[in-house]
Amino acid sequence: MAAELAPQLSLSEALGSRPHPVRRSAARVWSGLWPKLGAAVLLVVIWQLVVWSGWRSQSALPGPWPVVERLAGDLRHLDFYAAIGLTLRRVAFGYAIAAAAASIVAILIARIELARRAVGSLLVGLQSMPSIAWFPLAILLLQRSEGAITLVVVMGAAPAIAAGLLSGIDHVHPLLIRVGRAMGADGLRLYRHVILPAALPAFVGGLKQGWAFAWRSLMSAELLVVATNQSSIGQLLQSARNLNDAQQLLAIMVVIFVIGIAVDSVFGMLDTAIRRRWGLLGMEA
Amino acid sequence: MSNLLALSEKHALSVERLTVAFSHGEELLLALDGATFEVKRGEFVCVVGASGSGKSTLLNVLAGLDRPSAGRAHVHGRVALIFQESALLPWLTAAGNVELALELRGVSASVRQELAYELLGRVHLAGFEKRRPHELSGGMKQRVALARALAQDADVLLMDEPFGALDAISRDLLHEELERIWKESRLTILFVTHNAREAVRLGDRVMVFTSRPGRVAQEVHVNLPRPRSLDSPELAVIAGRITDRLKHEMFGEAVI
Ligand SMILES: Nc1ncnc2c1ncn2[C@@H]1O[C@H](COP(=O)(O)OP(=O)(O)OP(=O)(O)O)[C@@H](O)[C@H]1O
Ligand SMILES: [Mg+2]
Repeated sequence: MAAELAPQLSLSEALGSRPHPVRRSAARVWSGLWPKLGAAVLLVVIWQLVVWSGWRSQSALPGPWPVVERLAGDLRHLDFYAAIGLTLRRVAFGYAIAAAAASIVAILIARIELARRAVGSLLVGLQSMPSIAWFPLAILLLQRSEGAITLVVVMGAAPAIAAGLLSGIDHVHPLLIRVGRAMGADGLRLYRHVILPAALPAFVGGLKQGWAFAWRSLMSAELLVVATNQSSIGQLLQSARNLNDAQQLLAIMVVIFVIGIAVDSVFGMLDTAIRRRWGLLGMEA
Repeated sequence: MSNLLALSEKHALSVERLTVAFSHGEELLLALDGATFEVKRGEFVCVVGASGSGKSTLLNVLAGLDRPSAGRAHVHGRVALIFQESALLPWLTAAGNVELALELRGVSASVRQELAYELLGRVHLAGFEKRRPHELSGGMKQRVALARALAQDADVLLMDEPFGALDAISRDLLHEELERIWKESRLTILFVTHNAREAVRLGDRVMVFTSRPGRVAQEVHVNLPRPRSLDSPELAVIAGRITDRLKHEMFGEAVI
C-alpha cells in the first residue's frame, strides 16, 4: 500500500512545490544594475546643472566632461595605477587584520557571558568613535609609518565587524540551537555546525559596514600622512589641492567613489546569494 | 546491580515522578507534575493530551534539552528527537541536514553522502536530496526530519506532533512509512499527538495526559492487529473512549 501510494504523492508534491526560479543571469545583473546607473546619471546631471548655473568658475568647479577627459588621461599613466595599488593594498591589509581580529574577539566574547555584557557596550562606544581620532596616538606610537595607517584602518573597521558577528550569534534562533544539541553537537561543534552558519547573514552585514569604515578611515589617514613619499590616492588628492588643480581633484574623487561602490556591491551580491540560499528572498528577487 | 541491568534490558525509557516547573516572573508554572511511566524496548507508545499539558516539555527533558525540577527521566541508549516544528537547518540541503546528523554521530566522510541518500530514499524523498528546506513542502520537511532522526541511529525516537500540520492523505502515508521503519529497525518510539485516532492507529499503548500540569491519567492498550486503518470502526471505538477522557480532563473538573 505504502509503496504504491508513495511515488504518486511524491510526484504531486513535486508538482505542487514552488518552481525553482530559472532566470538568465544577464537579466538579473541588469535588474540590479539599472537603479545604480540611473542614480549615477542623475548625479552627473545635477553636477552639470550646478556648473552651468555659474555658481563658481570653471577652474574651481569643472564640469563632468573635462573631469572624465582628465581621468582618461590619468589612466594612461602607470604611476596613477601605482598610487591606486598602494591604497588598495593598504586597505586590504588593514581590513584583513580587522576581520580576523574582530571575528576571534567576537567569538570569545560570545562564549563568556560576563565579557559579553562588559564588551558589548564598549563596542558601541568604539563604533561611534571616528577612527581618525586614533591617528595622533598611532603617530605617537608608530611614527608616520605604514603601521600607523594600518592601526587607524583596523580601529575603524574592527568594531563594526565584531558587532555584526556578535549580534548574529546573539540572535540565532533558539530552536536551531536545540536542534544542534539534540543531534549531539556541543561546545565547539555546536559553534561550527549551527551557531556560526546561522550568524552568517549578520556577519556579512558587519563585514559590509566594516568595509565602509575601513575605506573612510584610510582616506583620512592618507590625507594626513603626506610625509611618506610614496604616491597614494590620498597623497594625489592632497597634491592636487596644493596645485589648485580642480580637474585632477575631482577625477580622483570619482575613483574613490567608484572603488567604494564596487566593493560595496560585492558585499551586496554576497548578501543576496546567502538570502537566496536560505529562502529569505521574496518572489521578485 | 543485576536488578538494574535487568531493568535496562527490558525498558527503553523510564520516567519517575517527573516534575518540571517554569518560572513566569513571580509565579511558578508547573508543566509536568509527577509523571510516572515506563516504555519497553521496541514498544510504540503514544501520548495524547490537551494543549499545554507538558507533552513537548516531557520530550525535551527526555532528549536532555531541559532539566527536570524533580524526579527522574532516563533513556537507556541513544535518543533522537523530531521537533513539533520541522526544524531543519535552512542553510543546508535536505541531504546536508541528514549528513550533519551522520557527521555528529562520527560516520566517516566517505560514506556520509551515500548513507544520507539511502535514508532519504527510505522516506520516499529520492530526487529531492539537493533541495533546500524552503523548497520543500511541509510533509517533505517532516520526512527529512524523520530521515535525519534515523541518521542518528538512536535506540529511542521521540516524535512531537510530527504530522500535525499535514493533510489526511500525506499523514496516512507517513503513518505507514513510520510503522514500516519501526518494524524494520526495532526502534522504541514515543509519539506525541493530540489526535486520539492517530494515537490508536500507531500505538501499542496510548497514555492520556492530564491537563496542566501533566501526568498520566489513563493508559489504554491497543490490541488491534496491524496495519490498522484510521477509518476502522474498532479503532474509532477506542479513539472515542480516549477522546471522552480527554474532554473530561479538559472540562470535567470545571463542570463538577
Ligand atoms: N521555556 C518555557 N518557559 C516557560 N514556560 C514554558 C516553557 N515551555 C513550556 N512552558 C509552559 O509549560 C506548559 C507546557 O508546555 P508544552 O509545550 O510542554 O505543552 P504541550 O503539551 O506540548 O502543548 P501543545 O500540544 O500545544 O504543543 C505550557 O503552559 C507552557 O506555557
Ligand atoms: Mg507541544
